[in-house]
Amino acid sequence: MQVDRLAQGRFDWSTGTEAGRRTLRQRLLRLTDFREFMLLLVIFMVAAVLSLVSETFLTYANLSATLLGLSVESIVAIGMTILLVSGGFDLSVGAAVALSGTTTAMALVAGLPVPVAILCGLSVGMLIGCVNGFFVAWIGINPFITTLGMMSLLRGTLMVVTDGASVAGLPKSFTVIGQGYVMGVQCPILICLILVISFDLLLRYSRFLRQSYYIGGNEKAAILCGIPVPWVKLFNYALTGTLAAVAGIVLTARMGGASVTAGTGLELRVITAVVIGGASLSGGEGTILGAFLGSLLMALVLNALTLLGVNPNWNNVVVGATLLCAVLLDVFSKRLKAGK
Amino acid sequence: MTESPPVLEARHIVKTFPGVRALDGVDLCVNRAEVHALVGENGAGKSTLIHVLAGIYQPDSGEILMHGRPVRFENPRRAARAGIGVVFQELSLVPNLSVAENIFFNRQPTRRGGIIDGARLRAQTRNILRLFNLDLSPNALVKDLPLAMRQVVEILKALSLEPSVLILDEPTSSLSAAETQLLFRNVIELKLCGIAVLFISHHLPDIFQVADRVTVLRDGRHVATRNIETVDEDDIVKLMVGRELDRTYGARTTPIGPEALRLEKGSRGRAFRDVSLSVRAGEIVGLAGLVGSGRTELGRALCGIEPLQSGELYLAGAAVTIGSARQAIRHGLAYLTEDRKEQGLFLSKSIAENCIAPNLAEFSRPLGFLHSRAIAEFAEQCRRRYNIAAPSVRKVVQTLSGGNQQKVLLSMWMGVRPKVLIADEPTRGVDVGAKTEIYRLLRELAAQGVGVILISSDLLEVIGMSDRVLVMCAGRIAGEFSGKGATEENIMAAATGVRAHAG
Repeated sequence: MQVDRLAQGRFDWSTGTEAGRRTLRQRLLRLTDFREFMLLLVIFMVAAVLSLVSETFLTYANLSATLLGLSVESIVAIGMTILLVSGGFDLSVGAAVALSGTTTAMALVAGLPVPVAILCGLSVGMLIGCVNGFFVAWIGINPFITTLGMMSLLRGTLMVVTDGASVAGLPKSFTVIGQGYVMGVQCPILICLILVISFDLLLRYSRFLRQSYYIGGNEKAAILCGIPVPWVKLFNYALTGTLAAVAGIVLTARMGGASVTAGTGLELRVITAVVIGGASLSGGEGTILGAFLGSLLMALVLNALTLLGVNPNWNNVVVGATLLCAVLLDVFSKRLKAGK
Repeated sequence: MTESPPVLEARHIVKTFPGVRALDGVDLCVNRAEVHALVGENGAGKSTLIHVLAGIYQPDSGEILMHGRPVRFENPRRAARAGIGVVFQELSLVPNLSVAENIFFNRQPTRRGGIIDGARLRAQTRNILRLFNLDLSPNALVKDLPLAMRQVVEILKALSLEPSVLILDEPTSSLSAAETQLLFRNVIELKLCGIAVLFISHHLPDIFQVADRVTVLRDGRHVATRNIETVDEDDIVKLMVGRELDRTYGARTTPIGPEALRLEKGSRGRAFRDVSLSVRAGEIVGLAGLVGSGRTELGRALCGIEPLQSGELYLAGAAVTIGSARQAIRHGLAYLTEDRKEQGLFLSKSIAENCIAPNLAEFSRPLGFLHSRAIAEFAEQCRRRYNIAAPSVRKVVQTLSGGNQQKVLLSMWMGVRPKVLIADEPTRGVDVGAKTEIYRLLRELAAQGVGVILISSDLLEVIGMSDRVLVMCAGRIAGEFSGKGATEENIMAAATGVRAHAG
């Protein structure tokens, strides 16, 4: 019984009452300890209110459009979560999305077969991540500075390579990745869900990714425990870069072409979602499910603004306010817990 | 000699921290124009006392008098204004600023509008430098100065406030012999100017060079104050350690086995040089020495954290090189850090997650997934075996008491099934009950054939637990004692550099 509960992952790891003898009420109360559960509640509440005030909200078209918009961000959020858990950070993901998407598109236009073009895009993303990881893990440069520099460098490169022009005219066999359906679900949504679920499980249960929690929790202790800290960090950056490339490729396919401005501001939206989802900027905390729910909440709130006919200029205001509220809630709930 | 009241007097100072009575009614009296030495073992209360005198800690009771009048120091600023200058062990200079700006830190003479008056600043600095016959430019950057000079600048900084008492906390610990002499000349100079100097030192020979009187603290109590002419080093050592054996350390139950670890002529930078030692299976070897003697660095080097730079290491007779903690673990070497909060534990994680941290590989299944059931069972086993007082292994380590945290740390490292365990201050900051428990566990390990190196500042613990005691002083092994020879006096004498022994 106890073992089974332990097997449910992070939740049961961290709170501590004797297992097996809890009343239903206690169990419900304990659920509120979990960020994911609280987020889900808030999401349901937002959805309920929206379905009451707007007839369009619960339509298939609106919901799938919202999810579609969410999918690219969520794929990037996977890598960002793992980075934040291990105490890292990446500002260059938005630029990596654009550059890898453009690379793929240019490869296609040059006549390379689809799988090869995709591979080109992925390699660009992984390379970007490796460079970031090398600077952070081996040279020891602050991740903020490293990836800020990388962001600027990538955006510049993009302008040099494309001269600011979009790359269009991609073959149907490629755009199907972004525009096709499998069992009535749009491909990007499917790709996103598969990645979110598998990486969520990996981050919970795989030994290698689990090491990130130790590094983020106490890097010195992790070194003493023989965890290969620089290698894990490098891997995490490379993974983040690669996932950004996946997102870039999906986005390019969906749009039917690569735009220079793709992914602008994406890094901040993703970090916002991940933090709302329970990750801490000081490391050691966070789950991918939480990050996904964080993105979902953000998407719903933005969707609400659209449906309610609010001027889109307000979007960023709302995003920022939501982030600050989430962080405030986090701080207060932690103080409350420390106080008892 | 003088009939005027002492410059600084502390009466019955009591200061408690959660679980510790750091100062238990300490008296101290410093006269004008004297150098007063304050000595004691690690943890005797010296540094707490100066923190109280400097206004950093507030005493629970007792009073402080200056020139015979009672004073209260709510904060360091008050103490400074009342005439107490403190030079702490860790230098507090800003390396990128000039000597002048450091000395008059935050008190630079200014012109109207708050602009720093560079000319006056340099002139004042030159005056102060001349006082000590120092050939130093006020514009020199502190980072370019040798360590001893920086120490002097630090003292000048304290002096620029014109204190009547100057407190020097371990001023010689990082200085060479020549630098120490330079410092002492300046200290005597100060004394001649009428300033009272309170001088804290581990190194007894220093005291005999400069001090007029010496006060000995032990376990937070004032033991004695003596004129320096009336005592010798041995007397002071006796005063420092003289207490009763009052804890149970258990006894060896199994015979000692073959050699488990041997180090020959191991060196690392300035931390330690040409250290040779060996531990046999089932043996507990104590490693004593004062803070900064290189014992922790030696422990960390053996476990590859800051690896050896030269020397040979043999494990069970086979030569090995260990360049990282990872390799050390693979070779069966475990290091229990002295700093469990900063470097040992993952405070925000559960007991279970901590227990498996050095040993993740053992708990993963073929595809690299963690084996939840095995982890839960192992952690539960640790909790029972080490008597960790927590309702469940899912409890976050942060919420546990010091003793229980230490037990979690111990279970972490037991999980790797070490052949040699290096325990650095395993009982620091834990209560008596947990201490006894930890002693029992160390005994148990030794009985299973693990070689244990016990690094500790607690002399009674070292003597009570160890089959042999090695004493380090200034990066070298200064003595080895066993059986009847392992007395507190002998160990303290070797550790303070009074005499080197082999016995």
